[in-house]
Amino acid sequence: MSQAVSIEEAPLADAERMPAAVGPGRARARRRLLPGFRMTLGITLLYLGFMVLLPLSALALKASTMSGNVFWGTAASARALASYRLSFGASFAAAAVNAVFGLIVAWVLVRYRFPGKRLFDALIDLPFALPTAVAGIALTFLYSPRGWIGAILAKAGIEIAFTPVGVMVALTFIGLPFVVRTVQPVLEDLDREVEEAAACLGATGLQTFRRVIFPTVLPAVATGFALAFARALGEYGSVVFISGNMPMRTEIAPLLIVTRLEQYDYAGATAIAVVLLVSSFALLLLINGLQAWGARAERAEARS
Amino acid sequence: MGSQGRTRRGAVVTDPERRETLARTPSPVAWLLVAIAASFLGLFLVLPLVAVFAQALAKGLGPALAAIADDETLSAIRLTLMTVAIAVPLNVGFGLAASWAIAKFEFCGKSFLVSLIDLPFSVSPVVAGLVFVLLFGARGLLGPALADQGLQVVFAVPGIVLATTFVTFPLVARELIPLMQAQGNEEEEAAITLGASGWQTFRRVTLPKIRWGLLYGVILCAARAMGEFGAVSVVSGHVRGETNTMPLHVEILYDGYDFVGAFAVASLLALTALATLGAKSWIEARGPRRSVA
Amino acid sequence: MGVDPNAAFARHWKKTHGQKVTIRQSHGGSGKQARAVIDGLEADVVTLALAYDIDALAEHGQLVPRDWQSKLPDRSSPYTSTIVFLVRKGNPKAIRDWGDLMKTGVLVVTPNPKTSGGARWNYLAAWAWALRKPGGSEASAEQFVRKLYANVPVLDSGARGSSTTFAQNGIGDVLLAWENEARLLVEQVGRDRLEIVIPSLSILAEPPVAVVTRNVERHGTGEVARAYLEYLYSEEAQRLVAKHFYRPRLESVARGLGRRFPPVQLVTVDEVFGGWQRAQRAHFADGGTFDRIYRPGGE
Repeated sequence: MSQAVSIEEAPLADAERMPAAVGPGRARARRRLLPGFRMTLGITLLYLGFMVLLPLSALALKASTMSGNVFWGTAASARALASYRLSFGASFAAAAVNAVFGLIVAWVLVRYRFPGKRLFDALIDLPFALPTAVAGIALTFLYSPRGWIGAILAKAGIEIAFTPVGVMVALTFIGLPFVVRTVQPVLEDLDREVEEAAACLGATGLQTFRRVIFPTVLPAVATGFALAFARALGEYGSVVFISGNMPMRTEIAPLLIVTRLEQYDYAGATAIAVVLLVSSFALLLLINGLQAWGARAERAEARS
Repeated sequence: MGSQGRTRRGAVVTDPERRETLARTPSPVAWLLVAIAASFLGLFLVLPLVAVFAQALAKGLGPALAAIADDETLSAIRLTLMTVAIAVPLNVGFGLAASWAIAKFEFCGKSFLVSLIDLPFSVSPVVAGLVFVLLFGARGLLGPALADQGLQVVFAVPGIVLATTFVTFPLVARELIPLMQAQGNEEEEAAITLGASGWQTFRRVTLPKIRWGLLYGVILCAARAMGEFGAVSVVSGHVRGETNTMPLHVEILYDGYDFVGAFAVASLLALTALATLGAKSWIEARGPRRSVA
Repeated sequence: MGVDPNAAFARHWKKTHGQKVTIRQSHGGSGKQARAVIDGLEADVVTLALAYDIDALAEHGQLVPRDWQSKLPDRSSPYTSTIVFLVRKGNPKAIRDWGDLMKTGVLVVTPNPKTSGGARWNYLAAWAWALRKPGGSEASAEQFVRKLYANVPVLDSGARGSSTTFAQNGIGDVLLAWENEARLLVEQVGRDRLEIVIPSLSILAEPPVAVVTRNVERHGTGEVARAYLEYLYSEEAQRLVAKHFYRPRLESVARGLGRRFPPVQLVTVDEVFGGWQRAQRAHFADGGTFDRIYRPGGE
């Protein structure tokens, strides 16, 4: 025991010499008690630098060698604009579908008991685990005019595969877990007593939902929506099979990058990649903001 | 996916008695909502899954098994497993280091670092492939220098491993950082105080506490590494028997009108995905993830 | 399917040189493969869909000599093919020749000529027919091709994708395809579902081959690479490629297979378009004729 005391004193004494020993500074001093900070941070930065920052800077470097005219000539060409419209539009539509149905699915999974519930709950993560190419060929089969669903729809004159709607179907699949998984824990934490109080005060089910439940889950729905949207924007594997890949009509932006590469047009591929990457960064910032909002809402609820 | 781990962890299990049971309270709204949810999930999740297996077995079990036992399929399986065997340990090592640094210490720019770790999630797989071509391609930034050393990166196995590692980069770290943050430092500090070395503390104190989260991160990372398509497609030369991973082989078979073969290999991948989901449920059922908060 | 020429060459080389060769094939459209080789895929030989893609190897990476086409007989193209129509059994839309493709209500499946090297032959064949028919001119050819592409519901990025769209997913009334691809598809999908229509005029598709000089120098595989390509001109190999529905160059082999390959009036790219470089610039480069005529959704 006495040995232990002496060991404890050494780092503390060391920490005491650090400036601002009050408040956060104290916490910092205390935390430095544990070893390995330099090593683990060093490994983290080195690996991050080599695996992520170096490759991404290659893209920036390539883009910086292009003149503004060349860059915008490709990045804002009619065909590229059409591909952004499709990518953003279909991603938005898919994320919206997922926001609505994801909220219902999360609600059902949290609030009700029914046969097969645990199986459904486990299956929600399938789009995370299933390779996108597998999803792509399965959806193409289902929705093509000879597939199980496509054949029925074809009789009604509705086409899904090889149209922008097909792109949306694939993007709905891959974005499905996001809203469910962000809303589920919020609903689990939701205080039933508030709802019950609202009901006692004479609120109808719909009113309770609109005034009490919806405002609470809204940040989570928005976060899930943004995550699904961001994922859909860059998606490639599940879409290329079902989209038909027609320039100006069903060609998504990631596919246009691949197309440019196959025409030996590296500058063109880079320009579109930069647009896509900048959009993803903006979304990442938005998602961080939404999550902060969600955390604030949660704290506010906890206080009340 | 990161946020999924994050938000799910704080969850408190609702008292099951307070949930409505459909059988007990057959409110029409509840029925309707369950029906909508079940149809949506059936249409988007169950049906595609069933289609994969049904198409694989369209001509019976024999042709499906023959497609899997084919030399080129086997070599695709080998390459995929090898890629997983390299990418996952790399990302586990990184995940452990990053979560230790981030969860146990305070430093400037920490939240920026966390955002940087998330970065590969928001990069399109195609862009991820493209950056490695720009870097290591024969006319890329580093490619010519490496080629002089006889090192080929893109259109060879190293490129496939790099692209896969990039895409699965945040998965383990994202699982571990919130977990270790929630657990606090007290036990580790006590161990150090009692004279344990850093390594001993990590192995005996931290590792047992995070083992389920770590296992889950490994499983997720492995599943994604096996299935990566977009990034690998850009950096692979699609050489059959050499730089062809399982998802790429699915595409080759599919484009070659070999639907039974494509869906047979796809069903192997789908089985792996189902095993991943099973493992996840099993880990969650063991409770530690939820009791953390 | 018959014996594959690669395996046959491996046997041949083993017998004559006592060495074991393994031939690995990469998969993908012509442009995709050419890009991979330019970016560092260590291929020793390339067999691509059109000369333009091998020219790209010379231009973008000095991987092959500029005069690669004169290194082997028949402009380095050991076998040929042509563009034919694949229609549904019984030819319900009565498609007999190119002119029938511009009829309203006929859905034509062909890949995007900008991404698929193979599909450029389809486009050029259509153009050549319209140009060569009585009263044809550049303007009428452009008009014809414009109408034809207005009937294309799905523009896949590669020939294989189009075949899948047509045969498996059941889209379209007619698939424009290389004869060998079309015959292969009929074999695989079934004579009871598809049939082939040979148009009155088509183009001589000459898929070229070349040794990737830069790579074989590094690998020390020059001898076997050249031997492999020369082997493709041998009688044995010509019989094998004919089994894969390519038209053999060797008269002695072609004569015996007359019935297998119905005669077609064929024109060449050089005759009609003045070579691949010019055809590429005029039609498929950004801002070329194809970009001008293809406005999906804009009709």
